[in-house]
Amino acid sequence: MDIHALQQIVHKTRDARRKQTIPKFSPADRDQLIHKYHPDFRASAYRPIRFGPNAGDKTVVELATLLEGDSPIQSDSDLTPHYTTDVLVVGGGGAGCAAALHAHGAGSKVILATKLRLGDSNSVMAQGGMQISVAPEDSPVTHFIDTLKGGHMQNDHALLKVMVEDGPAIAQWLIDLGVLFDRQADGNLHVKKGGGSSKPRLLTCSDYTGLEIMRVLKDEVINQKIQLLEFCAAVELLSDDEGRCAGAVFKDLDNHRTVVVAAKSVILATGGIGRLHIQGFPTSNHYGATGDGLCLAYRMGAKLAHIDTFQYHPSGAVYPEQLIGALVTEGIRSEGGHLVNAKGERFVNELDTRDVVSSSIIRECEEGRGIRTMSGRVGVWLDTPLLDAEHGPGTVEKHFPAMMLQFERFGIDISKDPVLIYPTLHYQNGGVKIDTNSETDVRNLFVAGEASGGLHGRNRLMGNSLLDLMVFGKRSGLMAASRAASMQQGTLTLKHLQRFRAEAGKHGNSSGVISPMVLPAYTRKVG
Amino acid sequence: MAPDDTNVIDQPEVLKPRMVTIEISGKKYEVPEGITVIKALWYTGQEVVRGAGCLGGFCGACATYYRTKDDPKVRTCLACQTAVQDGMSFTIMPPFPARKAIYDIQTLKDPKQDLFNLYPEAPLCRNCNACTEACPQKIDVREGVWKAVFGDFKSVSEMFMDCVMCGMCTPVCIADIAPNLVALYVSRAQGAHFAEKPAGLQTRIKEIRDGRFNDEWKKILKMSEKELADHCATVK
Ligand SMILES: Cc1cc2nc3c(=O)[nH]c(=O)nc-3n(C[C@H](O)[C@H](O)[C@H](O)COP(=O)(O)OP(=O)(O)OC[C@H]3O[C@@H](n4cnc5c(N)ncnc54)[C@H](O)[C@@H]3O)c2cc1C
Ligand code: SF4
Ligand code: SF4
Ligand code: FES
Repeated sequence: MDIHALQQIVHKTRDARRKQTIPKFSPADRDQLIHKYHPDFRASAYRPIRFGPNAGDKTVVELATLLEGDSPIQSDSDLTPHYTTDVLVVGGGGAGCAAALHAHGAGSKVILATKLRLGDSNSVMAQGGMQISVAPEDSPVTHFIDTLKGGHMQNDHALLKVMVEDGPAIAQWLIDLGVLFDRQADGNLHVKKGGGSSKPRLLTCSDYTGLEIMRVLKDEVINQKIQLLEFCAAVELLSDDEGRCAGAVFKDLDNHRTVVVAAKSVILATGGIGRLHIQGFPTSNHYGATGDGLCLAYRMGAKLAHIDTFQYHPSGAVYPEQLIGALVTEGIRSEGGHLVNAKGERFVNELDTRDVVSSSIIRECEEGRGIRTMSGRVGVWLDTPLLDAEHGPGTVEKHFPAMMLQFERFGIDISKDPVLIYPTLHYQNGGVKIDTNSETDVRNLFVAGEASGGLHGRNRLMGNSLLDLMVFGKRSGLMAASRAASMQQGTLTLKHLQRFRAEAGKHGNSSGVISPMVLPAYTRKVG
Repeated sequence: MAPDDTNVIDQPEVLKPRMVTIEISGKKYEVPEGITVIKALWYTGQEVVRGAGCLGGFCGACATYYRTKDDPKVRTCLACQTAVQDGMSFTIMPPFPARKAIYDIQTLKDPKQDLFNLYPEAPLCRNCNACTEACPQKIDVREGVWKAVFGDFKSVSEMFMDCVMCGMCTPVCIADIAPNLVALYVSRAQGAHFAEKPAGLQTRIKEIRDGRFNDEWKKILKMSEKELADHCATVK
């Protein structure tokens, strides 16, 4: 049957479904579901890391291979710096821009180097919003509790407390820079309820929250005349005689030349790893999300946390083929959109946490209640027309213009027809372990944003990432600046790399894999 | 997975894609029908560094000019969001060297007047509508430029919420305006200077500063793992 014929079941069952309430799973059922269906629990996808700071810890094979990979830089390379700065920020997404602006504001000379253009990142794509407890009935403590629950109680308490408490001041900072958050009639910030949260707490800019924040931050980075190195990918860090981080080596992607930057402190804000396509999953991530920061920090001796858990966003597009993996915002479910299987039934409370909803979608598909597309992919329906039925015609168009446009380009009107979805690899829950100043185990090496780990525990709650970026972008920027102000530039060495290579040699590492990956190998080898 | 034949759409021809002919910067290639313009570049063996960013239709890195078979009209699109069709000819557009004004958003004295100092070309719009036609986000760019000049900053900020800064409205402007940069300035000014100050936010910031939640924090951070889990379970 053609996909449009299969869609009819969603229209036919809509009215009956609207009368239904689906209870959330009990904690026991939820654990059972996740253990059986969540990709994090597929043992065959994991292996222990053989050496380095996390030796013996399990992670997905794709990441383990890169972490054990070799640097493209020779241990005796010429390290004469091409640039010298106080603070070097690596990565031009939300965390990188926030870090650069705060370090610059604190009086440091800052260089921001990034793999693609400034801003081309996961951050621009955030649609759902940013969690900050601003509503009177809400509080930072409630935000803390909700996040702990979402993270399976594994979140680092100190990091989390800092994030929820810094949140409101961050909102003020963004507003002062000109970010246009949605408002209520009385001028207060409009808040939406996100999956897994007990109170409405999501600040939004239509469904362009990340784009709006990034447009402003990018513009501000340029206005402040922060020095940019675009199309430069960090491929190795530099250490000084005392093992502190002292700069980085880049590959200029335009001419493949090596660029050395000497810095008194370094902030890695390189984002996540979706483009590793772990377990063959499609991804919602940007082109450069290849986990580079993890490899760089690991070689330098920084410990990683929670790298055995990833977030599979419940709703990645399955149809049309061109949108595979693209995010269908959680906002649709927040506003009451149903998930519907091939039989026209709901099967999960749509507002449960992401891991629960993803697991239940995978269950439906594995048990044969999914819908298959012409190209052989399987998914379940997300009843988008329900929003117009529930809240009046035009609701989908008004609240989700970005999504409307995305599908319209392929001739699909999501206010009239449901969309087919399946979990997509979305977020790296863990990352480089940091303290509340965003510093790693390696002195003067800071990590902010998705590349860092601990804050979100084993599962990130929607909307907490944008806040994470701004809070730890700020903290890393301020701390890196104050550190830089009180010290001399260290001598540039690759001692950590010699050590890493020696250790790799002991473990017979001859995989031949060079890391970081920098860009995924999508180019077809013709012939 | 358990087979469920009622769900399977039997269209084997889709699994074996129909090939179409496209032209990339003047050279012909065969690619599977329906893949995106960016994927077509990869398919033909071309490395893409400049011209790919988010791959999700949000960053504007993949601004592309294209033309369809026998149609003289050159159109614009985002390469990561557009499917190739038979006879399509395209090229990715590098960033256009538009001039961006430098300003300190917070210390502007009279943002509506300052627009004319920062972007003196803005009032010279000749109403040609080329910018609107070029916009892959379907923004009424011309209208936006006019509204900016007439000081209706609020409307402009709403109209340009979809702007991915692809810059395709800029090279077509006969008055040398960079409409997206004008709109960005206007939106920021709107947010920083004209939007109402949210009172609730001020209250919350003050509450945190004054330690209103300290007792609650103390209680929670003292709890054992088990107590904390039990406490969490009570918050619905
Ligand atoms: C589609 C989508 C929607 C999302 N929606 C939301 C949401 O609604 N709310 C929310 O809170 N979170 C959301 N998230 C998550 C959130 O957007 C990301 O976690 C967050 O943006 C990560 O920010 P970052 O600054 O750490 O990394 P990014 O924004 O990804 O930036 C990383 C930067 O580092 C650069 N880089 C990478 N490697 C190197 C290297 N080797 N050298 C130099 N530069 C390098 C990249 O090019 C990029 O500029 C979403 C994510 C996606 C993908
Ligand atoms: S307004 Fe200009 S820069 Fe913005 S999306 Fe449209 S064409 Fe691109
Ligand atoms: S292209 Fe330039 S002159 Fe023409 S309508 Fe747009 S802004 Fe005005
Ligand atoms: S790559 Fe970002 S819009 Fe196409």
